[in-house]
Amino acid sequence: MLSIRNIDQGAIMKLNKILKNAFLVIIASIALSACAVSKKSTGQMQGDVYTGTDTVEYLASGVKDRVFFATNESVLTTAARETLRKQAAWLRKNSKITIVLEGHADERGTREYNLALGERRANAAKDYLMTYGISSDRISVLSYGKERPVDSGSNPLAWSKNRRSVTVKAN
Amino acid sequence: MKKFLLIIFLMLTQIKAFALIEVDITRGNLNPLPIAVSPLSIDNNSKNSFKKILKKNNIGSEISIVVENNLKASGLFNPLNKDAFLQKPDIANLKPRFEDWNLIKAQALITGKVSFIDEGVDSTGKLRVEFRLWDVLAGKEMMALAFTTVPNNWRRVGHIITDKVYERLTGEKGYFDTRIIYVAEEGPKTRRIKKLAIMDQDGANNKFLTLGNELVLTPRFNPTSQMVTYLSYFRNLPRVYLLDIETGVQEVVGDFPGMTFAPRFSPDGKKIIMSFAKDGNSDIYTMDLENRIVEKITDHPSIDTSPSFSPNGKFICFNSDRSGYQQIYVMKSDGSNVKRISFGKGLYGTPVWSPRGDLIAFTKLHKGKFYIGVMRTDGSGERLLTENFYQEAPSWSPNGRVLIFYRETETNDKGEGFSAKLWSIDLTGYNERMINTPTDASDPSWSSLLSN
Repeated sequence: MLSIRNIDQGAIMKLNKILKNAFLVIIASIALSACAVSKKSTGQMQGDVYTGTDTVEYLASGVKDRVFFATNESVLTTAARETLRKQAAWLRKNSKITIVLEGHADERGTREYNLALGERRANAAKDYLMTYGISSDRISVLSYGKERPVDSGSNPLAWSKNRRSVTVKAN
Repeated sequence: MKKFLLIIFLMLTQIKAFALIEVDITRGNLNPLPIAVSPLSIDNNSKNSFKKILKKNNIGSEISIVVENNLKASGLFNPLNKDAFLQKPDIANLKPRFEDWNLIKAQALITGKVSFIDEGVDSTGKLRVEFRLWDVLAGKEMMALAFTTVPNNWRRVGHIITDKVYERLTGEKGYFDTRIIYVAEEGPKTRRIKKLAIMDQDGANNKFLTLGNELVLTPRFNPTSQMVTYLSYFRNLPRVYLLDIETGVQEVVGDFPGMTFAPRFSPDGKKIIMSFAKDGNSDIYTMDLENRIVEKITDHPSIDTSPSFSPNGKFICFNSDRSGYQQIYVMKSDGSNVKRISFGKGLYGTPVWSPRGDLIAFTKLHKGKFYIGVMRTDGSGERLLTENFYQEAPSWSPNGRVLIFYRETETNDKGEGFSAKLWSIDLTGYNERMINTPTDASDPSWSSLLSN
């Protein structure tokens, strides 16, 4: 918030920043390798994407109903793509079924932005299903933003379960 | 609401601009002005008439309590304990003995008189209130006004008196004769029931406007009338709606093939500005309420949302993640000249242009904490007013001096202990206080002044 500073201090701060960034890189790589180890031990999160199955329901045997996202992201993870390919296969077999993709965000963001983010997440899932041959006529998209969490906790694990796109049978 | 009710202003005396007491509201006020609010005097006849109509024992003291609470909540005044008052209300209103009021350290004094005006059998009669503001040290009358209205409006009379006193002493318009529309919340966090609700600025006269059958979010007042725009999930189709709070009539705004959200009125009340989301992309649109013409204002593959007009209608501030993360941008009202204005550390959301035009209030997320802050419209002079686990969605009082927002609590390991409440804070960062609501509450929006 302090926006006034003299030039010398500015230079020092720049230097500090470079050092800090270098540090950050080192710390980040340590953290990443730490993650690589820890993800197996917890089995619940990878990075900050939920990998557990507590809240997952099944559309059919082996066909999970939801995919999870990283904070502020709408990029599909490898696991999410695998889930969606299975959903696509199931939808191709059951050609009368139509679906709603419900996009959600965690509680750590402003309401309006989260509505847009939920919509973006559900559309990421929709686009992927379409590349696997599911017609857009069979898919509608609905964002709930942060309005319908599955886990009411205020912790990173709860938030990771809430960042999701859920495929719901519409008929 | 009743289409307004003869509030007859009767200037009893013309005030000349003497250098009397003034309250400086530009800085955090750590020494609120000691003020004595004498109960308004009332004759026995009037007392009994109002008792019948309003079920209040002494409407004179009830009105003075409204004034007192308003003054106290502003943080600028310190209403003195009535037990210490030496002069009777009726005599004080005629000719205050300034020594008596000086003795209890009052610098200003409010006195007044309430009377019942009988209008025959066809009418319930009228409420007539006169009040005076006195400078105790100078021994002078600063203001004297009288109004006549229907008895049911007695709380509003208290608010109008406060507005007049506030304006006379601070030099700026008040914000007391106003209402707040908000979302009332109940039930567990995973299955929250939300209703539109409206109340007076001081929390009185709370009323629910929807039943809770469908999810409703982000109601906002039209600055020029008693219309509200909000988001409803009616039939599971999230769309922007328009609601007339006097008639209860609702309608969908526009005919969009997808979710519309984040609505606000233009300052003249003639347009609604909002986001429309399609294929993973949210852009900002306006719709003219008269001719229904829809205009696309932003065209960018990023999320563009939370638009808010400048008070002159020439600019729009909004929230976009086109830089990668949520930041605040300003553009001309036709969508040209887009400029990012937030450059501090963290994410920025919910920009709202101040009714005075000079500031933009926002929500900021930095290192896991949420802040309500203000910055100038070019992004300079960022000032954070309050930090908490979760808070967002500031809305300005009509005079641009106070912000109302909502705050949520952190839950424990079992996911218990969640609550959402409305809070207000002075622009200076002082006088943070919770506003009592019958249920949990979020998404507040402040109306304009109902009178003047």
